[in-house]
Amino acid sequence: MDKVAILGMGCSAFGERWEADAEDLMVEAFQECLADAGIEKDAIQAAWLGCAVDPINVGNSALPLATALRLQSIPVSRVENMCATGTEALRGAAYAVAAGACDIALALGVEKLKDTGYGGLPIRTKGLVNDLWMPYGSAPGTFAQLAEAYSAKHRVPMEDLKRAMAHVSWKSHENGARNPKAHIRKRVTIDQILNAPMISEPLGLFDCCGVSDGAACAIVTTPEIARSFGKQDLVTIKALQICASNGIESQSSSWDGTYLMNTRKAAARAYQEAGIGKPRHELSVMEVHDCFSVTELVTMEDLFVSPEGGATRDVLDGFFDAEGGLPCQIDGGLKCFGHPIGASGLRMAYEVYLQVLGRAGERQRKNVRVGLTHNLGGTPAHNVAAVGIFGRYGA
Amino acid sequence: MGMADAVGIKAFGAYIPRMRLKRAAAATAHGWAFPALQGLAKGARAFTDWDEDSITMGVEAARDAFASRDRSQVDALFLASTTLPFIDRSNAGIASLALDLPQTLRTLDITGSLRAGTSAMLTALCTSKPRDTLVVAAEARKTKPASSQELRYGDAAAAVIVGSKDVIAVFRGAASLNADFVDHYRAEGQKHDYVWEERWARDEGYLKLVPATVRRLFADTGLAATEVDRLIVPVALPGVAEGVSRAIGVRAEALAPQLLDECGDAGAAYPILLLARELERARPGQKIVVVGVGNGCDALLFEATGHIGSCNPRRGVDRAIKRGVEIGDYLKFLALRDEIELDWGMRSEFTNKIALTTEYRHSREMLAFIGGRCTRTGTVQFPKSRVSVNPEVHAVDTQVDAPLADAPARVVSFTADWLSYYPNPPFYFGLVQFENGARVSMEFTDVDRSLLRIGAPVSMVFRLKELDRRRAYRHYFWKATPVASDQ
Repeated sequence: MDKVAILGMGCSAFGERWEADAEDLMVEAFQECLADAGIEKDAIQAAWLGCAVDPINVGNSALPLATALRLQSIPVSRVENMCATGTEALRGAAYAVAAGACDIALALGVEKLKDTGYGGLPIRTKGLVNDLWMPYGSAPGTFAQLAEAYSAKHRVPMEDLKRAMAHVSWKSHENGARNPKAHIRKRVTIDQILNAPMISEPLGLFDCCGVSDGAACAIVTTPEIARSFGKQDLVTIKALQICASNGIESQSSSWDGTYLMNTRKAAARAYQEAGIGKPRHELSVMEVHDCFSVTELVTMEDLFVSPEGGATRDVLDGFFDAEGGLPCQIDGGLKCFGHPIGASGLRMAYEVYLQVLGRAGERQRKNVRVGLTHNLGGTPAHNVAAVGIFGRYGA
Repeated sequence: MGMADAVGIKAFGAYIPRMRLKRAAAATAHGWAFPALQGLAKGARAFTDWDEDSITMGVEAARDAFASRDRSQVDALFLASTTLPFIDRSNAGIASLALDLPQTLRTLDITGSLRAGTSAMLTALCTSKPRDTLVVAAEARKTKPASSQELRYGDAAAAVIVGSKDVIAVFRGAASLNADFVDHYRAEGQKHDYVWEERWARDEGYLKLVPATVRRLFADTGLAATEVDRLIVPVALPGVAEGVSRAIGVRAEALAPQLLDECGDAGAAYPILLLARELERARPGQKIVVVGVGNGCDALLFEATGHIGSCNPRRGVDRAIKRGVEIGDYLKFLALRDEIELDWGMRSEFTNKIALTTEYRHSREMLAFIGGRCTRTGTVQFPKSRVSVNPEVHAVDTQVDAPLADAPARVVSFTADWLSYYPNPPFYFGLVQFENGARVSMEFTDVDRSLLRIGAPVSMVFRLKELDRRRAYRHYFWKATPVASDQ
């Protein structure tokens, strides 16, 4: 905690960037980040590139980043951890600084998804052995299963759950409409959400996040070095935790399909690392992995913010709305930014960073001290969960 | 030798796909051009889903026949069909793995004419001593839209276990006749049958070749026509079975009914399907003649024994008929049978190229659905792995076979996915929990939406997992089907 400070951050506009290559997105995010950090590019001693989908993206290895930014002969690593890729890249850079392996490191996540020719995420192989037996369901299909299971376990009638899920999406659209970098900046009504075409039962169109192009990045260093560059208000990394499934949920009988085991484990570890005892009261803002409305809903419980079975009530009470007790997705979330996979984790950190520094424009919340980011890759039954906590230095 | 020790049929089973096209729907769709098809617009015909073929149907018929009986007595498997998915890859071999039969099994694909079913059964009856032979016949014939075959044919499979101990029907004799009578044919590379005038097939084919064969059977076995209790003449043309029956001289009430309104003419499988139906209701001592027609004729005589009531297939013919759901959507029928190319979008461009090396390493696990049971903790899982998935004890290399195909299981979670490309949307999939502890992420098929809910029982069915059209390859695996109650 507080070993690593964020020197600068950048985020491209997210959206259907028909005019842009991945290279353009990387440069766009990086130029903002470099200016924010106030350093020369040559000061960066190591870099991590996160991108998740190979075949339609930038190609293998670290070369796409090194080449796009013309990083001169420094170590550049490429990481991939499904939808947690962005956080994974940041983790690499932060750990390098915390370990003293370098003074200044760059983490950049990028994904160019809108060159597939169709909506939704690209279809990929799951590995040659898995391909022999695993269903090839869509991402909404895998997360939709949370809803039936949650409804059955907590005896929340599907109608009520659908209304809470609709509120989740409605709130993010309200927030996204105020964010110039968001992909979707359109308000929708609860009725529109509830009556949208079905994608994967019970998830309708507005229960699903968009798919877009984008890049986001961070330059990290130690608080001492940041101070030496004249930075006054420091945002530091309080915790970065990642948890990967080992098959317990999908292959043994101990999991009931209503929550994300790894989110809970990553959150518990992150709170411990950051010294947070009561997240519902101590966190100022949250940016969670709202790939689908139901994911965000159960995540409120998995992050120990809502009591088990109580997320529906909190959501409907407006607790996570912009003016609520703990605003969630104040930037619009995946719902309005879309989900360029490798970039999303860093995009979330970017919003928390802006909020802590008071630079979030008309979205700015008051007295933001500590914010949380949450990333989730895979399916509820088999996933990689990442939780990051960022805040004012010393807070 | 007592009757019960003679060679004969020990068990039977059947499979009819769940979907049944209302013939009226097809006839109506073609009405603008072929109003005469209205004459065939009666009842419904069974048809395969995209993930079914002669192998999967045959496997299900064989599972029906095996029910809970010991499979180790079987040392040969004959698979008869004119619609085997592979020309050079043992179709019977795939079925034998799916049925988890011993690797030392003799396997044989029998094809080339619609007589393949009865000829396979006859061959088994002549060669099965002392061990049992599983004879499976399955057919899923493609039919050209607006052809009379489209309305007359149906897809189905049937199976008999032939052996020499505790038989339910003794084999009394057979006669065969070979004739290059080409009332229809399908050459290499042809998708559909080419069919000659039906009146000729009736007059010169059925009404002459069948009586000639059956009369020889009578002569060889000393049976009088009037002694026949059931005569099975599988034919879809109206009035022909009755004509044959009269020509032979059996009693009118002995003629076994067809299954045309419920299923349709299932080609090589049809005689055995009808035989299974008769065995399902036969009484001891009944004499049953079954005829198979295709470039000639086979006629076989069986006599039901005192064991006839002891054979209980898992489902049987009557229940296979009853599980049908009528489909009135003719375009769906065409799409599922590859008779029309719909625009499925770019998502359908993705094909999962199966690595044959990988598939072979896992062939028994996947085809027979064998998981692993940790000998230290008892944890059951699928697939097997070197390190156990048990949350506490990660024992290494402790797993023995844990068969899952017939294990009771329930739904943990599910969805109906409209986004994924799936040839018969929506794509149902979810988590399945086996009572033995294994949990598997599975596809669902033959879904009755009213039965699909959390905690609902499911049974396993053998299906196509992957149809790689580009490479004409088929990969098989198991899927879950919601069932009404624990069976």
